[in-house]
Amino acid sequence: MENKILLGHGSGGQMTHDLITDLFVRYFRNDYLGPQTDSSILPVNTRNIAFTTDSFVVDPIFFPGGDIGKLAVAGTVNDLAVSGAKPLYLSCSFIIEEGFPIKDLEKIVQSMADEAAKAGVLITTGDTKVVDKGKCDKVFITTTGVGELQEDQIHISSGNKVKPGDKIIINGSIADHGMAIMAARNELNIQSAITSDCACLNGLIAKALSASSNIKFMRDATRGGLATVLSELSSGKNYGVHVEEDHILIKENVRGICELLGFDPIYVANEGKVVVVVDQEDAAAVVDSMKKHPFGRDAAVIGEISEDHPGKSWLTTEIGGKRLIDKLAGEQLPRIC
Amino acid sequence: MKFIDEYRDKEIVRKLLGEIRKISRKEIALMEVCGGHTMSIQKFGIPSLLPSSIRLLSGPGCPVCVSHRGYIDRAIAFGRLPDTIITTYGDLIRVPGSTSSLDKEKAEGRDIRIVYSILDALDIARKNPGKKVIFLGIGFETTAPGSAAGILNASKEGLDNFYLYSSHKVMPPAMEALIDEGVRINGYIAPGHVTTITGPEIYVSIPEKFGLGVVVSGFEPVDLLKAIYMLVKQHETGKPAVEIAYTRAVKAGGNQKAKAMLEEVFEYRDDWWRGLGKIPQSGLGIKSKYNAFDAESRIEVAVEETREDKGCICGEILKGLKTPKDCKLFGKVCKPNNPVGACMVSNEGACHAYYRYNR
Repeated sequence: MENKILLGHGSGGQMTHDLITDLFVRYFRNDYLGPQTDSSILPVNTRNIAFTTDSFVVDPIFFPGGDIGKLAVAGTVNDLAVSGAKPLYLSCSFIIEEGFPIKDLEKIVQSMADEAAKAGVLITTGDTKVVDKGKCDKVFITTTGVGELQEDQIHISSGNKVKPGDKIIINGSIADHGMAIMAARNELNIQSAITSDCACLNGLIAKALSASSNIKFMRDATRGGLATVLSELSSGKNYGVHVEEDHILIKENVRGICELLGFDPIYVANEGKVVVVVDQEDAAAVVDSMKKHPFGRDAAVIGEISEDHPGKSWLTTEIGGKRLIDKLAGEQLPRIC
Repeated sequence: MKFIDEYRDKEIVRKLLGEIRKISRKEIALMEVCGGHTMSIQKFGIPSLLPSSIRLLSGPGCPVCVSHRGYIDRAIAFGRLPDTIITTYGDLIRVPGSTSSLDKEKAEGRDIRIVYSILDALDIARKNPGKKVIFLGIGFETTAPGSAAGILNASKEGLDNFYLYSSHKVMPPAMEALIDEGVRINGYIAPGHVTTITGPEIYVSIPEKFGLGVVVSGFEPVDLLKAIYMLVKQHETGKPAVEIAYTRAVKAGGNQKAKAMLEEVFEYRDDWWRGLGKIPQSGLGIKSKYNAFDAESRIEVAVEETREDKGCICGEILKGLKTPKDCKLFGKVCKPNNPVGACMVSNEGACHAYYRYNR
């Protein structure tokens, strides 16, 4: 195998075949990938499947706490899991820049394999394209996923059972991913120990779902941060969303960089945080169940659904003032995932 | 976090609010001059905590917002010249000019680069000896010393392809002009960072000439509430004065070294402010000694005629005569992702802060 990606690796010919066999299949090995057909044929036993896709162009591709591969798996797994589905199968498409070191690609693929194994999903199909040097930046990845969805979880993605009194829970500190990426970009000359929270949340979510049959809504707080999730939750609804800044955990070093660069942490991207809305009766049980999982140790109730301010989301600030939470306008940080 | 948490302490905030309520009798309107203050006030939800007798108005202290449209037009024209690289702080690139903006020009393929410091711009000049590198210098006494240092470095090194296009401005003339224009306020919350450089002495004429109090504030809630308390007290007792509520940063006399650099490189000139018009001796032009680095005088370019947008009331908002909510365009046509006026572009702009936190 060459030690650099050449245009030919994306040709669809022998070199492509070799790359797939020698690298992707070697790591992703499973019965469904074996035949290397255009589509993988999957057994679907349930009436409802969740199906999602996401592209990843994060810069830098390796960052503290993860890399573009881990992100590509976790991002799609999480999109399935927050819909209440059990993630099962993923596809992956690579767009690779000519000259990209095979060694780095292998590192990424290995990390995808590791993450997929942890999440209990199989990567069963994929595609590879190589573009001229300078036509894309290193590597871009698209993942698509399918998951199995039980009848009684179908309402979760729309949140149509949410009502005043329900509690809002998040599984830990916010803004870690966005600030880890910012700090990892050399242009700012910042050295920090901030680690991305990038992780597959399906295990954690399964725990929450088993603790309560009254989970009304879930969303992963990625681009646009916690603020965007909360704002979308209330938008156009006859209830309001109210959260307390005091209850939202932000790590000290993350806060420091946010202060330094002028970012409002509630708008900064996460890659391992899920916002859960649950009936107030079950809130404590859900928090307890999340706390038992490594990705939910700092889970907490951060607010509630209220009858006040219908259609809007409000934050009680750390000093007791009140302010509106809106969706992020425009792109806060390009190429964050 | 040290230097932050103690200034966001709920208990101290509660006590300060109690003190303010105790002494506040008369209606009072205070203007926060600095965009950083506007942002903090909205972000911490301070207006929701104050008694209704206290009104806070946003002033002209967001450098992006007060940059005149003609300045953007000329920057765009510079960018269209061959072999020219424009370097700028990120905020400026989305500000609409008369017919274009720097980000639209960038998409057209002009070489426009966002930098975090003028030192990055100097670096770009060193690496591109065949090209003219122009740094767009905006901001008040806070960022101007950085620009002065950039020119001094360039001069020392003998860089012959680096230029500053200065829109640097100074605060006190604008603060006086606002009162002359008939803006009805009872005191100024004066900018903490500007005053760290200049020292509080620059405001002495305001209580003397206009009978208005000036209190220099930091950017945390405790700083701002302390400044508000001091201004309310001055107003209630009828004793306007220049005071400091930000003593951990602001010292009498200011930062001598930075002031010496400003003095070395810049001279006062009449300057255009968006919404306020031309204010005498309110801008910083480059002294003839450093003319070699002055983009305006060294690089000839044809600039389109400046056109203002109809309906945008940025001018009145900057003067504190109106709030963003009075604008017909606010939140409808004019939004952060499609700004009409400059006040919606910058994070520190009054319209942007209102849009985000107080709509």
